[in-house]
Amino acid sequence: MTKPLSKLVEEIKPSGIRKFFDIVSEMKDAISLGVGEPDFDTPWHIRDEGIYALEKGKTFYTSNAGLKELREEICKYLKRTQNIEYNPLSEVIITVGGSEAIDIGLRAVINPGDEVIIPQPAYVSYEPCALLAGAKPVIIDLKAENEFRLTAEELENAITDKTKVLILPFPNNPTGAIMEREDLEKIAKVVIKHDIYVMSDEIYSELTYKDKHISIASIEGMQERTILINGFSKAYAMTGWRLGYACGPQKIIKQMTKIHQFAIMCAPTTSQYAAVEALKNGDDDVKEMRNAYNQRRRFLLNAFKEMNLECFEPYGAFYVFPCIREFGMTSEEFATRFLEEEKVAAVPGNAFGNSGEGYLRISYAYSLDNLKIAMERLKRFVEKLRNKS
Amino acid sequence: MREELLSLIEKNSRIDLKELAILLGKDEIDVVNEISKLEAEGIICGYHTLINWEKTSIEKVNALIEVKVTPQRGQGFDKIAERIYNYPEVRAVYLISGGYDLLVILEEKSLREIANFVSDKLSTLDSVLSTATHFVLKKYKDHGTIFDKKKNDEREVITP
Repeated sequence: MTKPLSKLVEEIKPSGIRKFFDIVSEMKDAISLGVGEPDFDTPWHIRDEGIYALEKGKTFYTSNAGLKELREEICKYLKRTQNIEYNPLSEVIITVGGSEAIDIGLRAVINPGDEVIIPQPAYVSYEPCALLAGAKPVIIDLKAENEFRLTAEELENAITDKTKVLILPFPNNPTGAIMEREDLEKIAKVVIKHDIYVMSDEIYSELTYKDKHISIASIEGMQERTILINGFSKAYAMTGWRLGYACGPQKIIKQMTKIHQFAIMCAPTTSQYAAVEALKNGDDDVKEMRNAYNQRRRFLLNAFKEMNLECFEPYGAFYVFPCIREFGMTSEEFATRFLEEEKVAAVPGNAFGNSGEGYLRISYAYSLDNLKIAMERLKRFVEKLRNKS
Repeated sequence: MREELLSLIEKNSRIDLKELAILLGKDEIDVVNEISKLEAEGIICGYHTLINWEKTSIEKVNALIEVKVTPQRGQGFDKIAERIYNYPEVRAVYLISGGYDLLVILEEKSLREIANFVSDKLSTLDSVLSTATHFVLKKYKDHGTIFDKKKNDEREVITP
């Protein structure tokens, strides 16, 4: 065959993480701090509900938008946590992970040439999804001095008359940054003034360690222009179940459902039944896991402080994002040497955008014992580098 | 901090104070004070070690005994419970709702010793109406800990 493949797809760069993954998998007995998924098993009562659904023979498609009962539970959840009201019949769609919601959400609103604003460092799929939807990604480089929050001024400077959507990825992977009410109110003002949509990826919403997470959709005038994305992977340790959802204005959800219907049909049925149980009876599990993450977060921040490694205090997700500029290396050089010399894998910050250069993403979805060993090694490594210079 | 502190040391009573303070985000001195208070108030009652005796060569036999008793006027079940729990071989005594009154957990070196305890000591108490003894054959999980649980990290080493 000589016929060319899709130019659009071929031009998309493979994820920077992939390269690093290949190096790590070669190395035996390395400790990894590189995962983006919880270390906990899915709580047993949720798994049990999935098993029960299988036993009962619930092995068929659900409706395209997902089980009605699950959509209703999602609406109740958003009402009790964010005080936002959605109609389960027309304003919610169950997707295959939050990732699908990002993809179909962008495809539903983009026309060729539209601009999508993406604050970075951020999760790796926004940019390729925007490109695949035919949009032009416009990157905002978030700054450490703002604790990697998005400011109204940065947003204002990035907006043009072609801007269609702002992606708002908070609590943030990889930085752990959050946006608080006053931050969101300022962003909302700019968004409303320029009449653009917001895609708010709130997959880490249950994992915040200061105040409770606030959704931008709960701010006045925002619900009508926000696609709220969330899911079960992070809050309930359900990554492998592949289940997420999007809520938004009926006119957008209707278009998203069309793409979903033709490309996916429906999200996995077993997972949907398990998710109903998660929303009904999972609050205590979430609290317990959140406490454990918070303890590890404190442990890591304290360890960085003791080794004099610069790091802002992140209040969300399960990542810390220490700065490694003092060593005069790129993130990739640092991460590669750290792996080769101390056998610890952490993801170079630039895998999440150019503004992540000079940083390292360290995940604390690991047991304390694991983190302790890793921090001893990091300390040794950092001291070795400092003594040489 | 109380609840979080308690649940941490319930899982690991050997955790050192400095680490405990870091995990809780408190000063070490405050943690020390809180622990002293919890001990004084009788909320922390001891620091035990969970042992899977089955893995040792030491013989231990455990039994759960359901005991029906006649409560005594003015003292309810407390007096009879006390007579039972004072035996050192009795590991636990719970007052239970339902079909019987007291659940007695016993640990001895052999089956015979348990039989002797039930026939000589327990059944002969005036207020004891009847007993039913169940022997423990295998412990899968105790104090919230699953014995023999070894789990490898099955996650991919690097994920976005």
